[in-house]
Amino acid sequence: MSESEYKLRLAQNLIGRGKVSRRDFIHLGLAAGLTVAAADMLFVSVARAAPKQGGFAKLGLAHGATTDSIDPAGYPDTFTQTAFSGAMSNSLTEIDAKGSIQPDLAESFETSDNATTWVFKLRKGATFHNGKTITADDVVASMQYHMGADTKSAAKSLLESVTNIKADGPETIVFTLKSGNADFPYIMSDYHLVVMPAKDGKADWESGVRTGAFVLENFQPGVSAKLKRNPNYFKNGKPYFDEVEFIAITDLAARMAALSTGEVDYIGRADLKTLGMLKRKPNIDILEVTGYGHYTLPMNVTVAPFDNPDVRMALKWAIDREEIAQKIFLGHATVGNDNPIAPAIKFAINPEPQHKFDPEKARFHLKKAGMENLKVDLSVADAAFAGAVDAAALIRETAAQCGIDVNVVREAEDAYWDNIWLKKPWCASYWSGRATADWMFTQAYSADSSWNETFWKNPRFNELLIQARAETDEAKRSAMYAEMQQLTHDDGGAIVLVFNNFVSAKSKKLAHGEVAPNWENDGLKMAERWWVANA
Amino acid sequence: MNPVVRTVLQRLGLGLITLFIVTIIIFSAIAMLPGDFAKAMLGQSATPETVAAFQREIGIDRPPVERYFAWVGQIVQGDFGSSFASRTGYRRTVAEIIAPRLYNTMFLAVMTALIAVPLALGLGILAALYRNSWFDRVVNTVTLTTISFPEFFVAYMLAYLIISRDTFIGTEFAQSLPEWLAASINWVLNLVPKFPTLANISDQTPFWEHVWRAALPSITLTLVIVAHMMRMTRTAIINMLASPYIDMARLKGMSPMTIVLRHALPNAWAPIVTVIAFNLAYLIVGVVVVEVVFVYPGIGQLMVDAVKSRDVPVVQACALIFAATYILLNLTADIISIATNPRLLHPR
Repeated sequence: MSESEYKLRLAQNLIGRGKVSRRDFIHLGLAAGLTVAAADMLFVSVARAAPKQGGFAKLGLAHGATTDSIDPAGYPDTFTQTAFSGAMSNSLTEIDAKGSIQPDLAESFETSDNATTWVFKLRKGATFHNGKTITADDVVASMQYHMGADTKSAAKSLLESVTNIKADGPETIVFTLKSGNADFPYIMSDYHLVVMPAKDGKADWESGVRTGAFVLENFQPGVSAKLKRNPNYFKNGKPYFDEVEFIAITDLAARMAALSTGEVDYIGRADLKTLGMLKRKPNIDILEVTGYGHYTLPMNVTVAPFDNPDVRMALKWAIDREEIAQKIFLGHATVGNDNPIAPAIKFAINPEPQHKFDPEKARFHLKKAGMENLKVDLSVADAAFAGAVDAAALIRETAAQCGIDVNVVREAEDAYWDNIWLKKPWCASYWSGRATADWMFTQAYSADSSWNETFWKNPRFNELLIQARAETDEAKRSAMYAEMQQLTHDDGGAIVLVFNNFVSAKSKKLAHGEVAPNWENDGLKMAERWWVANA
Repeated sequence: MNPVVRTVLQRLGLGLITLFIVTIIIFSAIAMLPGDFAKAMLGQSATPETVAAFQREIGIDRPPVERYFAWVGQIVQGDFGSSFASRTGYRRTVAEIIAPRLYNTMFLAVMTALIAVPLALGLGILAALYRNSWFDRVVNTVTLTTISFPEFFVAYMLAYLIISRDTFIGTEFAQSLPEWLAASINWVLNLVPKFPTLANISDQTPFWEHVWRAALPSITLTLVIVAHMMRMTRTAIINMLASPYIDMARLKGMSPMTIVLRHALPNAWAPIVTVIAFNLAYLIVGVVVVEVVFVYPGIGQLMVDAVKSRDVPVVQACALIFAATYILLNLTADIISIATNPRLLHPR
C-alpha cells in the first residue's frame, strides 16, 4: 500500500467521527489517484456507513412485566436483558458478531493448570457511572452475588463449578474451578454476570450504578426504560446514541403498528405472518439472524417405549422438519438435525445422516424394535414455543404414515414448565441456546444436570464431556465435540426440530454493523453497537 | 331518617360484607393457581434451592390460612403489603406499584366518560325525539355495529387507519384504483389526525400529551360503550313519551324538545344512570384488551401481568379495587335514582 493509499484509508476511518472534512478527503483521494467524483462518492458512502455520535433511538421490545427489576439475579426476558444488561452494564467478556469471545470489562484472560485456574485482568481506567474506578473487589462481590445457599439468582448453576474467586491486587481476579473448563470465558459473558460496585463487600445492584454505555435515567417496570449516554464509557467512541428508550410492547400487532407509524425505530420479534406487508414499506429493513435457540421435543429415555433407541430413531425419521419450518415458522427457521449445537457455534458439525421425513426408515427402525405399530402421547402447549401445538398436529400426520399413532395432548399453557416439562415422557421444549457446545451439553444433556430433559445418561458422552471441557488442544477438542454431537444425533432423546431465527425490523434511521447471533437484539448490545444513519 | 342516608348506610354495610366474601374468593382462587412466583420468575432456570430461597423470602412457605388472615389484617389497616418483586433492602409496596396504574386507568376512564356519556345521552335524546326517522336508524345501526365488534378488532382497525393514512397511496390496492379515486381516498385519510398508535405514557408525560396519547384507546372505548347507553336513553325516554302526562304537556302546546328535557328525562334517569354506572365500571375494570393493544400502562394490564408472574399481593389488591369499584358505582347509581325520583325520595 502506497503512503497516499494508507492515508486515504486512515482518513476513511476518521470521517465517521467527523474529523475529516469533505474537501480534505477529496484532496487525499486525488493524491491516491482517484478522480474528484470518485473521491466524493467514497466520502459520502463512508460517511453514511461509519458510526457516528448523536441522536435518539426508541426501541420496542417484545417483553416487559411489572415484576421486572434491575436486579441481575433475574433478567427473565428480552426487556431487562437488553436494557439493563446490554445497555447499562458489562460482563467481563462479550461475544462478537462472529460468535467468538472478546474481552469486555476484562482486558485479557488466561488459564493454567488444565483450565482449572482462570486469571482475568481488568481494563485500566474503566469507571462506574459514579466515577469510581472498577476494581477486582467489585468483580468478586458481583460474582458472589450469584453464588451461595441464599442466592435467588438464575445464574447460580453457571457458577456452580467455581470453587474460589479472589482478587489479586486491584486489577486481577483469579477464578479456581472444580474441574477444567476451557470455555470459562464464554460463561463470563453471560448477561446475569454483570459487574456492580461493591458496598461493604456486597454487590450493590439497587443503586443502578454500573459500568455500561448508558446510564439509567427513568425506569417504569413493564412500561419503559430511558437511558442516557455515559460520557466516560471505557470503549473509545462508543456509544453512538445520546439517548435510548426501551419500550415494552408485548402485543404483536401493536409492535408492528408502532414501527409502521414511526413511534419506534426498532421492534424485536416481528410478526412473521405480516412480515411481507412490513417489507413493502420503503423505510423499513427486516433483520434475520439464525440464533442458537432451538425448539425440541425431548423424549424421556428412561420410560417405555422411549427407552428403546430404535423407537427414538423411528420417531426421528417420522417427522417432516422441512414442512414444520415452512408451515409453522413460515420459513424463518433453520431445519434441525437432532443436534442442539447451532451451526454458528464453534465446533458445531452437521451429523450424518441428516434426519428427515422417511417412512421406510421409520418403519425399519420400528420393526427392529419389534413393533408393528406404536402409540405415543405428545404433550404440547404454545407455552413451550409459539407454534408447538400446530407442529404437533403436523407430526401426527406424518407419523401416521409410518405406522406411529401420535396422540397430541394439548396441555395448559399456564405453569407449563412446572407441570409438563421434565414430567411428561414426551413433550415440547425450547432452548435459547448457549454460546459453546460445552455449555449447552452440560446444561441440557449431561447425566447429572437438573435440566437433562431427556434423562439421557450415555456413559461415553458424559466421559467425553468432562475430557473435552478441560482439553486445551483445539484439534482434539474438535474431534471430541464432533463425536458427542454424533452421539446425541444417533442415540439421544431430543428431537431438534428447528433453530429459530431472530426476526426483527427497524427503520432505516438506524444503522449497524454485522449482527451478533448469540442473543436477540444484536447479542443484547444493540444500544451500544448501533447508531443513527445519516441524519 | 332520610331515605338517601339510609340507603347509603345500608349499601355500604352490604358492600363491606360483599368485599369480605370477595377476599375469600380471591384468596382461594389464587391459592388454586398452579405454579408460584419463584418458579414463574425463574422459569427454566429454577433449581430447587433457588426456588426455596425465594419462597422463604416472600413467605409463601407458610400455611394458607395463616397467610389469609395476615393479609386481611393488613388490608383492614390500609396496607396492601409488598409485591413479591421486592428484595431485601428494596421494598416495592403494592400501593406504589398500583397507584400510577390506577391513575392512568382513571384518567382514561374519565376522559372516555367525558366523551361517551354526553355523546350517548345526546344521541339517545335526539333518537327518541326523531324516532323511526332516518337519523334514528343511522345512529342505531352505527352504534350497534361498533358494539358488535370485539373491542380488540375496533382497536386494530383504528390503528390500521392511522397506518394507512401515510401508506395507503403506496399500496398495490391503491395503484389498482383509478388515480382520482386513490387520490381522494388518500385525501380523506389525511383528514384523520395522526393519533399515536402507541399510548405509552409515563409519570413525566405532560397533561395534554397524555390526552393526545390516550386518544385512540379513548375513541375505541367510546365506540364500544356508546351504543348501550344511547339505546337505554332512547328506550327510557320513548317509554315516558307514551305516558298520559306527556300527552297533557303536548296538548298544552309545549315544544317536543322541552317535553323530552323537562318532563320525560327526569323520570327516565333511573334506568339510564344504572346503565351509565355499569359502563363506567367496565371502563375501569374491563379495558385490559384495549390497554394491551395500545400499550397503555393501566391497571388491567398490571393485573394480567401479575397473574402471569404470580405476584399474588398485586393480584389480590387489583381484584379488591375492582370489586370496590363495582360496589361504589352501583351505590352511586342507586343514590342518583332515588334523588331524582320524588316517589322514592318521599315514600309514604
